[in-house]
Amino acid sequence: MASGIKDKVAIIGMGCSRFGERWDCGAEHLMLEAFDECLADAGIEKAQIEAAWLGLCYQEQSLGKSSISLSQSLRLPNVPVTRVENLCATGTEALRGAAYAVASGACDIALAMGVEKLKDTGFGGLPARTMGTFEDLWFPGVSAPGSFAQLASAYAHKHNIPMDQLREAMAHVSWKSHENGALNPKAHLKNRITKEKVLNAPMISYPLGLFDCCGVSDGAACAIVTTPEMAKKIGRAANLVSIKALQLAVSNGAEMFYDEWDGSHAMTAELASKRAYSEAGITDPKRQLDMVEVHDCFSITELVTMEDLGLSAPGQACQDITAGVYDRDGALPCNVDGGLKCFGHPLGATGLRMVYEIYQQLHGRTGERQLNDPTLGLTHNLGGFPNRNVCSISIVGLYE
Amino acid sequence: MGAYAPRRRLLRSAIATAHAWAKPGLKGLGKGSRAICSHDEDVITMAVAAARACLGGGDNRSPDRLLLASTSLPFADRQNATVVGEALNLPEDLQTADISGSQRAATSALLLGLQHGGAECMVVGAEKCLTRAGSVEEFTVGDAAAALTTGEDQQLARFIGSHSISRDMVDHYRTAQSDYNYALEERWIRDCGLMEIIPETVAALLTKLHMLPEQIDRLLIAGVDGRPAAQIAARCSIDKMALHEGLKAPIGHAGSADALLLLVDALQAAEPDQHILLVGFGQGCDALLFQTTDIVHRARESHGVAAAIAAGVDDTNYLRYLSFAGLVDIDWGMRAERDNRTSQAAFYRGRRAITGFVGGLCRDCGVAQFPKTALCVNPNCGKQDTQDDEMFANKAGQVKSFTEDWLALSLNPPLMYGSVRFDRQSTLMMEFADFDPGELSIGSKLQMVFRIKDFDPLRGYHRYFWKAAPAAE
Repeated sequence: MASGIKDKVAIIGMGCSRFGERWDCGAEHLMLEAFDECLADAGIEKAQIEAAWLGLCYQEQSLGKSSISLSQSLRLPNVPVTRVENLCATGTEALRGAAYAVASGACDIALAMGVEKLKDTGFGGLPARTMGTFEDLWFPGVSAPGSFAQLASAYAHKHNIPMDQLREAMAHVSWKSHENGALNPKAHLKNRITKEKVLNAPMISYPLGLFDCCGVSDGAACAIVTTPEMAKKIGRAANLVSIKALQLAVSNGAEMFYDEWDGSHAMTAELASKRAYSEAGITDPKRQLDMVEVHDCFSITELVTMEDLGLSAPGQACQDITAGVYDRDGALPCNVDGGLKCFGHPLGATGLRMVYEIYQQLHGRTGERQLNDPTLGLTHNLGGFPNRNVCSISIVGLYE
Repeated sequence: MGAYAPRRRLLRSAIATAHAWAKPGLKGLGKGSRAICSHDEDVITMAVAAARACLGGGDNRSPDRLLLASTSLPFADRQNATVVGEALNLPEDLQTADISGSQRAATSALLLGLQHGGAECMVVGAEKCLTRAGSVEEFTVGDAAAALTTGEDQQLARFIGSHSISRDMVDHYRTAQSDYNYALEERWIRDCGLMEIIPETVAALLTKLHMLPEQIDRLLIAGVDGRPAAQIAARCSIDKMALHEGLKAPIGHAGSADALLLLVDALQAAEPDQHILLVGFGQGCDALLFQTTDIVHRARESHGVAAAIAAGVDDTNYLRYLSFAGLVDIDWGMRAERDNRTSQAAFYRGRRAITGFVGGLCRDCGVAQFPKTALCVNPNCGKQDTQDDEMFANKAGQVKSFTEDWLALSLNPPLMYGSVRFDRQSTLMMEFADFDPGELSIGSKLQMVFRIKDFDPLRGYHRYFWKAAPAAE
């Protein structure tokens, strides 16, 4: 059994651009905006960065292939840079690359950057892509909301919950995100909404209405990582944040083609979170975690994820959500920064944005939305569709 | 034998209402309904549906020859009959041909089949009628298909003989460059065409066969009904009670396919030892005489014309029909602009999966799967190269999850899709067809239908795959 990543990597600096419709700048500038904050936070020189990982999902529509765009935008000193892409888990993948490099001893200080700039394409939602070869001959012409919307029909059927009741719980999820986003100066959407507005919105993909869906945002987020030993050496020992777990589970076709999975949740999220809890030494996540940042691409995704992560009992997420368990003042705050729904969803940046929120919360820097002395948080990304996806989990907390 | 008509039946009163502002005179044509192809149907998909109904009618035949008759074939140069054959999963040692060019296409194809010696021939006729908005033809035609097999065994009717006349009377025409038919003067066609050429052909046939008009029990005149049909029957000295009333009222005249639809319908209603005379008209005339056998009642087991008519749902949305027919240019937004080139190399390699819906069945664990791959998808198996062919087209399915997607591109929004559960632990995410919003639910029973999957407007191409439609009741 491998010893895992726990406490082998410290995060000494993080940055995050303002998310939103950033008509004012390109992806290069978004990365610089996040990086300037990150570098100042880390208190190191750019020249001390020995390697970097760039997470970018839709390279065709923005920065192109390869890692050159990161090296060029930040004028990195010709260090090794690698571009990674794994759908909505892309940002977390960049962090995983940088963390593994530091943990292996290949370098002392590494940068993980995630960015996405899609609003320039003109699409509402994700851009339509050029069709491929064999699979597009049979695969349905799905959209992201349509893929996730299916969770709702299967979940309601499995747990015998009337769709109206499920939609009310989903509306609570979106309402909560807007309440939280309103307190986040960097959020894409800072407006409060009522649950009635959520329920009465135009249908996007049954049963997901407009406010059950996150939008697509422009933005960048990044982290500078090193070993705890190096962090102490460069004077960053106080309130040190370390990585407790980094896990990934990827579908192998069973959900899509083998009729065992019931369609009501994400099998990979269950697997990845179990591995992450084990890596982090967490036995009772509901009590040990102080906050979670989950992939609320759609309200139903957040709802079922609460069960996949073992935080709500099977079939109980609706009740827990409407009872306020996951509200900012609830027992286990979820998406206190507004989540994908309101902070925004620049795909390549999202995983790092989630870690950024936990990191800032651990440092007590989040102003009005600051939680009471958190020490441990979890991030969750779900890239792809419920029946075929990449799920990443990271757990970060204060270094003991 | 088998027949198919698209589910939607556009009420002719809705057509008349839409044109009342400019052509109030069309109101009189506003009776009955017209079967219309959905956005994902064409001659190939309808031909496959009719041919499947034909093959599924008890005797699982494997013809040596497949003829597809139509004047509205989707491909002018890519054999349409071959696509139909592959969708039916017929063996490749099959002679195929498209027969076109005239309203007599189906009777010509049927004659070719009947004159094919002892070999079995499947003759399929299908027509998707494109008509100019506001034309009389818009009210009279309909989209439909029918299929029959000819051969020596299990004959429901014996072919007695035929007579054909070839004569270039231009009652209507459509050039290779035009979208619509150009119709000539109705009374001239009736008096100098229908009333002259059909009786002449019928008389020649009866003389050739030493038969009398009163021996004809059933007269089927493709594309003609009402008063002109009765006048033709009278001119032929055939009792008007023998005349089939035609299919204009419930589905419309299905162009060249009308002849096969009438024949299927007549055979399903026939008694043993009846003489059925089938007439096709267009630049001459084909007259074919059949005599039903003792087993003609078996024809009633097939999904025929009456079943196809009964499966329809009324539709009053004329604008949607125009869009389905490509007669109005709807703005489908940026998602419709994506490049959608088909990799023909990938298609050729995978065409049994795509056109034939052939997946795999693991010999080791018994799990069915689509698509068929080298490694079994069952996590408890995972064996390599253990899969035999498994046909999915005839599988029954059930809705496992679904959505109605208003964001994704569809020419008939919302795009409906979801996970479908099949037997042998197989499941697949598929698009649904022929459901209206609000009709899907978990557990809904499904049948597989061959439809247009996607369009490539940039290259004038479209491709086919299977969709999950409501199971037949």
